Amino acid sequence: MTTLPSATRKKLGLVIDLDTCVGCHACVVACKEWNTGGYGAPLSDQDAYGASPSGAWLNRVHSFEITPAATRCKGGQGPAQSAQIVHFPKSCLHCDDAPCVTVCPTGASYKRAEDGIVLVDESMCIGCGLCAWACPYGAREMDAAAGVMKKCTLCVDRIYNDNIPEPDQVPACVRACPASARHFGDLGDPGSAVSKLVAERGGVDLMPEQGTRPVNKYLPPRAKADIDIDGNFRLAELAMPEATGFLGWLDRALERLG
Amino acid sequence: MAFVPSERDLVSAEREDAQRHSLDRSPYVSDRIAKTTCYMCACRCGIDVHLRDGKVRYIEGNRDHPINRGVLCAKGSAGIMQHYSPARLRAPLLRTGPRGSGEFKEISWDEALALAVSWLKPVRETNPCKLAFFTGRDQSQSLTSWWAQQFGTPNYAAHGGFCSVNMAAAGIYTLGGAFWEFGSPDWDKTKYFMLFGIAEDHDSNPLKLGLAKLKRRGVKTVAVNPVRTGYNAVADEWVGITPGTDGLFVLALAHELMRSGEVDVDFLIRYSNAPWLVVCDEGKDGHGLFARDADGKALILDRATGALRAFDALDAKPALKGAVTLPDGRTARPVFELLAEHLLLAEHSPDAVAERCGIPAATIRRIAAELAHTAFREEIIVEQPWTDLRGVRHERFIGRPVSFHAMRGISAHSNGFQTCRALHVLQLLLGSVDCPGGFRFKPPYPKGIDAHARPHHAWSPNAPLSGPHLGFPRGPEDLAIDADGQPTRIDKAFSWDAPLAAHGMMHMVISNAHARDPYGIDVLFLYMANMAWNSSMNTAGVMAMLADKDESGDYVIPKIIYSDAYSSEMVAYADLVLPDTTYLERHDCISLLDRPISEPDAAGDAIRWPVIEPDREVRGFQSVLIDLGARLKLPGFTDADGKAVYKDYADYIVNHQRRPGVGPLSGWRGNGCETGRGAPNPGQLDRYIANGGFSTTHVPESARYFKAFNADYQQWAIGMGFFDAVVPYAYQLYLEPLAKFRLTAQGFGERQPPDHLRDRIAKSFDPLPVWYPPFEGELDGGFPLHAITQRPAAMYHAWGSQNAWLRQIHGKNPLYVPGIVCDEHDLRDGDWVWLTSRHGRIKVPVARMDAVNGRTVWTWNAIGKRKGAWALSPDAPEATKGFLLNHLIGELMPEQPDGMRWSNSDPITGQAAWYDLRVRLEKAAPEDASEPAFPELDSPVPEGPYQVAYGKEWT
Repeated sequence: MTTLPSATRKKLGLVIDLDTCVGCHACVVACKEWNTGGYGAPLSDQDAYGASPSGAWLNRVHSFEITPAATRCKGGQGPAQSAQIVHFPKSCLHCDDAPCVTVCPTGASYKRAEDGIVLVDESMCIGCGLCAWACPYGAREMDAAAGVMKKCTLCVDRIYNDNIPEPDQVPACVRACPASARHFGDLGDPGSAVSKLVAERGGVDLMPEQGTRPVNKYLPPRAKADIDIDGNFRLAELAMPEATGFLGWLDRALERLG
Repeated sequence: MAFVPSERDLVSAEREDAQRHSLDRSPYVSDRIAKTTCYMCACRCGIDVHLRDGKVRYIEGNRDHPINRGVLCAKGSAGIMQHYSPARLRAPLLRTGPRGSGEFKEISWDEALALAVSWLKPVRETNPCKLAFFTGRDQSQSLTSWWAQQFGTPNYAAHGGFCSVNMAAAGIYTLGGAFWEFGSPDWDKTKYFMLFGIAEDHDSNPLKLGLAKLKRRGVKTVAVNPVRTGYNAVADEWVGITPGTDGLFVLALAHELMRSGEVDVDFLIRYSNAPWLVVCDEGKDGHGLFARDADGKALILDRATGALRAFDALDAKPALKGAVTLPDGRTARPVFELLAEHLLLAEHSPDAVAERCGIPAATIRRIAAELAHTAFREEIIVEQPWTDLRGVRHERFIGRPVSFHAMRGISAHSNGFQTCRALHVLQLLLGSVDCPGGFRFKPPYPKGIDAHARPHHAWSPNAPLSGPHLGFPRGPEDLAIDADGQPTRIDKAFSWDAPLAAHGMMHMVISNAHARDPYGIDVLFLYMANMAWNSSMNTAGVMAMLADKDESGDYVIPKIIYSDAYSSEMVAYADLVLPDTTYLERHDCISLLDRPISEPDAAGDAIRWPVIEPDREVRGFQSVLIDLGARLKLPGFTDADGKAVYKDYADYIVNHQRRPGVGPLSGWRGNGCETGRGAPNPGQLDRYIANGGFSTTHVPESARYFKAFNADYQQWAIGMGFFDAVVPYAYQLYLEPLAKFRLTAQGFGERQPPDHLRDRIAKSFDPLPVWYPPFEGELDGGFPLHAITQRPAAMYHAWGSQNAWLRQIHGKNPLYVPGIVCDEHDLRDGDWVWLTSRHGRIKVPVARMDAVNGRTVWTWNAIGKRKGAWALSPDAPEATKGFLLNHLIGELMPEQPDGMRWSNSDPITGQAAWYDLRVRLEKAAPEDASEPAFPELDSPVPEGPYQVAYGKEWT
């Protein structure tokens, strides 16, 4: 068993905007690309060109369709107006009460007191996989080649790296995201940009009932304005009241031009 | 209950971490950063390639680059896997087995080039038409077209004909430019945005960056698409339209605006042909053409004086309605009146179109109201004086902040040209073209039709073609037909089949060459176009045509040369394969002469340069083409002594001049200080590399809007070398070239269409935007569903499944079936169905989906691969469960009553009508593999390794 720090100086983490994420997987591949040559063993791929390719990834995007039962599409009447696709990127949430750390038999999994990042010290990891079982989010993946557990490091080898220009000292996924759906910062500081964003947009914890107190936050999709709004806004109200007949408005429009 | 730790506790815990775990917070990253241009799709983002120990450590977006501003998509980051792909060809290949077997031997470049010359030289000396040279998704059409022109064959085009020519051509004819490379929404100022027919593509990162800006500003986005994935998923409103009815929807929006007078009359009078007088002389020659004065200028009626005036008369007050009698006694009416009458037809009312479009009439009315409200009640003003081409000074730019973007979804239909026209006319009615907050042109656009070439096709042995192949016909006089009315081009572009085929018709080349209709060819020369797989309609048929022999035992298409970097399906059907480099090993230019990377406020172009040296016997195709040009002694490629003018593509990029002082790249010309025009500068590429691989030149503040009519813009553009003189034009609500073709169909004029095409030309060549049902949907019933494809964001325009990372994201493609159809057929996820069209039948796995139009099934395109291709193992899911809808789509329509078969294309432009497809489905027995299946190809490269652990040496 490994103990968690009683508190951390910072709570570095991600804020992921589900209203903006288009599910393009840019963050997924940028993460793989940086980390396969970065912290710890490479993120290997097995059967890479074969029947069942699989590899270690630290960040994945899942797409869900949400279909309220009452609004399923009806034949000949077009689509189900309320059915939606939500793209859901998922990586380690760097929980305050990280069960993956406390379950670790060797002390390889740990949460850093300095910034709250949860890391695996691969030199101590025996590849037992207990942490992956303990994580309710499925955020850890065993690397099949190296036999060690891999997980999001919040790009700890980027965010403090003096060899990288200051604006690029952010996680690779945040650096790459074309839709600005990913934000990085100190969620322990209520004045930080990410904390303000969470407050403004009603950011939520993922599966709070698990009691893990995740640092990462998700901004929920905004309500879509596509049902029951017809009739609220009509062109007739905009039209010039005196418009009558075939282009009755035209002469008056031309008069105004002089 | 916040627990506040003491500083002492924190320091102690941090010390403990440091003692227990060694962590290098600042590891070494890379030896150097090479800034070049991505080529994982067609976006052309700037990339920073981090190199370490001679290998690619990682690739990230270039923060300074105008296209991607530092971001990068999934494909871009997966570039490493593409660059080191096991599917890369390694040396020139000569076919040893039968066509389609994939049996080859590797040969030297000297042998390969000598062989190619021995095939091409006699063709040029006798009949250059016998060469068909077509290129795929390459970005070097300014070179490839010039090469083909110097060779002298009329048979050249790139892939636009099967991609989005309807969008491009309708945009050029109507506005002087369309979307994407021609222009973009004003992301910073627009207040209402509509996206039509965009899956997750065209273009990729700029759209995502733009949508993010709109989200930040709370701007409403309406997505019109049968499928609600990607951008459509995050839009505020999704309009799940029935495929092929976008034109009807747009006409209904225009109907509402016209009905209620929500039209920018001032804008239309200034900038469009709304007041131009159209001769109304039904049944007589000249009907539907503009009334013109003795100088050929279109006439308008001055409503102040009642006099007929030239359209550009400064002091006139043009009338928009009312019939006038011309001096010759004929009647003429203004375009605007004809357009209004047309749009106000009851058939264009929301109630009339709702059922067909699958959109409630109330929704159509509301969206029209929202457009009008935003355009006219929320206008925006940029306080910047400017002067128009008439010399009139304006104190400010007025903007109508609604904007649109559209691409393949609306264009890949047989009614696509008119649909794209309708959308542009809607933009014009709203006055939101090239204004603040609207759609804005990117230099060198706008370019009105008169600034574009006409198509050329006159050839003779041993001589260059009469001019550029591709262009924009003004009327029947520009058709590429011979004295008997027969097509002169192998693809029949610019013939009566497709008079305005501005991008050619690549999808018809193999079929026509095989049928020897209009004639047989000797050499088929293709670059980067997977015509034996996902880039062809009727894929199985095309493979058979490529391998077919005539009665004497010779191949019907005698010789095939193909260039590709990878072991694609098309490789197996070539006789000679010229292996290309990867995008990190080559020179390229993304040129203002071609498809540049400009933004509305800046002209831009860019290069690729070899940031890694090839470790195989491969050469950049463009350098090979230049070498072949010299060996064939083509004009322009050899000097008076017969010596090669250019060493390679890099040399060409720097030293070629299309017009004096104007070359492929605009930056750092002459002594390095000249932009746009200037002598070749030997140091030019170094300057590009030092600047991050690109050049941008900003448009002056007073020249940024209404560019077509803006004196400062026109002067700046001439200085940049986009054109040599001001070519005034007006936006074309009414398209006279279409009226000219319609007259031919009615029997007027010397050039007459064949009788079997008269009806459809008369119907589709309407000079006003019209909607007619997609051809396939009008055939006999029994195919109740629409079937379409889209590319996933992580694979849009990408080259193949051999990418070890991307294939883990999209390695399978089920057929997505609406819930209602699943319920009717008792289908659950993973069940198999037979999908049948008029052309073919495939067996595929299904997945249920509700966020889709209820009459539409769809799948991801081009995931399926043929066994033996792309260095994949034969049991790869792409080769077993992956499938192509292409097998269901014929390149020809079913036989007509007169025995003729039309091309499955738009009758105006020849655009491949991929999305007209209609199908029915039946539940099938559970299966392991999709059908049809094809024999495994012999692979010219070894299968990829079992394991990839990239970056091991650095960890």
